[in-house]
Amino acid sequence: MTDKSLTPIIEFTNFTFKYRAQVEPTLYDINLKIYPGEKILIIGPSGSGKSTLANCINGLVPHIYTGDISGSVTIAGKNAKELDIFNISKTVGTVLQDTDGQFIGLTVAEDIAFALENNMIPQQEILEKVARTAETVEVSSLLECAPGELSGGQKQRVSMAGVMIEDIEVMLFDEPLANLDPATGKRAIELIDSIQKDEKKTVIIIEHRLEDALYCDADRIIVVNEGRIAADLSPDDLLATDILNETGIREPLYVTALKYAGCVIESEDEAGQISTMHIDKHASKVRDWYYSTEAVPVIEHKNDVLSIENVSFSYNETRKTLADISFTVKEGEMMAIVGKNGAGKTTLSNLICGFINPDSGVIKLKGEDIAPLSIKERGERVGLVMQNPNQMISKTMIFDEVALGLVTRGVPEDEIKERVNNVLKICGLYPFRNWPVSALSYGQKKRVTIASILVLEPEIIILDEPTAGQDYRHYTEIMEFIKSINEEAGTTIIMITHDMHLMLEYTERAVVIADGVLLADSTPAAILTNSEIADKAYLKRTSLYDLSKACGIDDADGFTEHFIMMERKLREEVNHGA
Amino acid sequence: MARKLLTYEKKNTWIDRLSGITKLVFFICWSVTSMMTYDTRVLVFMLVASLFLFKISKTEWRQVGSVFKFIIFFLILNVSAIFLFSPNQGEVIYGTRTVLCGSGRYTVTAEQLFYEMNIVLKYLTIVPSIFIFMVTTNPSELAASLNRMGIHYNVGYSIAIALRYIPDIQNDFTKIKNAQMARGIEMSKKGRLFERIKATTAIIFPLVFSSMNRIDTISTAMELRNFGRYKKRTWYMSRKLEKNDYAVIITMILFMIIALTITYIDGSRFYNPFI
Repeated sequence: MTDKSLTPIIEFTNFTFKYRAQVEPTLYDINLKIYPGEKILIIGPSGSGKSTLANCINGLVPHIYTGDISGSVTIAGKNAKELDIFNISKTVGTVLQDTDGQFIGLTVAEDIAFALENNMIPQQEILEKVARTAETVEVSSLLECAPGELSGGQKQRVSMAGVMIEDIEVMLFDEPLANLDPATGKRAIELIDSIQKDEKKTVIIIEHRLEDALYCDADRIIVVNEGRIAADLSPDDLLATDILNETGIREPLYVTALKYAGCVIESEDEAGQISTMHIDKHASKVRDWYYSTEAVPVIEHKNDVLSIENVSFSYNETRKTLADISFTVKEGEMMAIVGKNGAGKTTLSNLICGFINPDSGVIKLKGEDIAPLSIKERGERVGLVMQNPNQMISKTMIFDEVALGLVTRGVPEDEIKERVNNVLKICGLYPFRNWPVSALSYGQKKRVTIASILVLEPEIIILDEPTAGQDYRHYTEIMEFIKSINEEAGTTIIMITHDMHLMLEYTERAVVIADGVLLADSTPAAILTNSEIADKAYLKRTSLYDLSKACGIDDADGFTEHFIMMERKLREEVNHGA
Repeated sequence: MARKLLTYEKKNTWIDRLSGITKLVFFICWSVTSMMTYDTRVLVFMLVASLFLFKISKTEWRQVGSVFKFIIFFLILNVSAIFLFSPNQGEVIYGTRTVLCGSGRYTVTAEQLFYEMNIVLKYLTIVPSIFIFMVTTNPSELAASLNRMGIHYNVGYSIAIALRYIPDIQNDFTKIKNAQMARGIEMSKKGRLFERIKATTAIIFPLVFSSMNRIDTISTAMELRNFGRYKKRTWYMSRKLEKNDYAVIITMILFMIIALTITYIDGSRFYNPFI
């Protein structure tokens, strides 16, 4: 609740900040007041300065990341410059993005206790507080577990407990959804919401996934763009503007759909939540749009390129990681393997690449059983691109990195040069061929890793979470690139993901795996409008479903198809225009 | 997936319930004694005792098996090397020469065999105690005890953090290795040694970088949660020394004194059955 009669707990006044190593300031002239008990979303594209803004709130700026400051930040009435990071952390607790990396203790209990230990709280008091806080975030049964035994969602809960255990007033979440599957993310947002309400905390969430973060209502959304605050509005007001599009943040899908239908959203529509939005006055327009547009045409792919036949695998005797999985991948297809974290998606790709062998069942490439092939031999036919490009790149120069696979295969030098240059041209990296890899952005590094696989001319490329942690612009950039490879080189693309947008927009088909069994093999639109499948796979039903129902369109699946078609058309226009 | 080799596992035994400091004292006394003595009587007693402790600590073979095999390999290497380089060491020590077989430089004497048997015994008395120490000591609790003894908590905490991240880094390693193998870098035994060494750099490079990122995250997370604020800290896992602890510590010190007295009482640390 915003109660402006109170004194702000955090206040930025004409605040400008420049990192020591940079020429230009990262934040310009920020004026912002956050009141006790508020729930604030801070959104913005990568590089907008939103993380720096967060670092100013928790004291990492200027106490760890130094630089030049003008103006001031006050935290609980005191100038942040005069407090040290320890004092600030008494007021502001930060939950970092990396659920795994911030887990310090050897067990859950120790991790929750960490801050108290450092503040020399007597052991008896620590034990009591840990037990109580663990209960609040529902991890009481896990106190003796090591981090390796926990899921991403559970680790995040432990991190929350670890900062809540001190009587902080502000909880700051840095991209809490980044490493979670949609359903776990939804639960995290619910938990944050209930903590804010029950414990009367101020909550600040930094995210770029607006729709997911808005699953529970927020008081205000602060849009940061190019180091400045571009908007400071309630969700209802913000969605009635065009600011999100201008700053490159993805609107909630139902909002985009309404705009496609030609509806003008106003503040009084209360568009912040689809469930409570006043849709009636837009319904007829949406229906007209639906009946006048077409669905995604079904593309017939003829030849099977990969077939998985009754494959089972288990790491130990107690539980099957994959049980009797069968599906086929067609040549030239772009498809997704989806499911919650730990469902067996990665195990499946490890089986295809030959890192592990199935307990039973057959994997065939173009009709040929690949069991006898070595990892290296399979690597020439099925390329794997890891999620984190930094985990793949081992050469300093771009050309060498892309050439690596050819060099190890003893391809003649002339041919290497020709093939690498060709691939670099396809990937838009040719002008950088003599650059060091370290000079590239994350997205460009991703391209390098894709190029280094593409150069081997595999029939299939498997990409593990190709867009994880990327904002909308980078997401589009990477995905358009992958699509162009699919179209130009004819390479079959399999993506392992839990990004529902990616599934909807860029794949023709998705295979859903939940708890080791194949749950569905269908179009993304059909999967994401089916609550039962979405629930079991820890996906989230798309808001397009709610919109179509609210507008009286029964065929939510078809409605979603129309929406995707529209997206693709518009994107093509943009691409051709550019 | 994650192999639990030589890592702490909670087991409900009285050894497990001892304080980390007690186990450290046990470990130090035990190894010092074993390293100093060549007295066969003491060594045999220690071997029997350590096997007994191994049993009651409920240490399982799967926790230590592969490391044990590795140590045995070195033991054999060591014993062979001694025979190769100083086949007369036994005579020098025990002052007699009882030829069993062979002739010339590599004559096998009873003294030499007895001497090398003592070395084997020394290995075998220390190894189980290392294993017991490692698999029954909760690292956090040890860090807490060390801190109470006046050692700065940074020391204990560095060990605890390392143990916390070893499985993660192992995971990274496997992932990177797999991806690089798929790109055609030969890591299996098929490749030539030089090429395999070269190939390893293809893994080390990305591994170091991803580990650096981890260090960055962890130090920020620790800082934000007040690590290093005061000269002292308290511990969730700390445990007071109990009766059992004092009993074990006193027993161990007495044991060390008695064992070394027996060893040195006749002026040499070797027990000589040949005179």
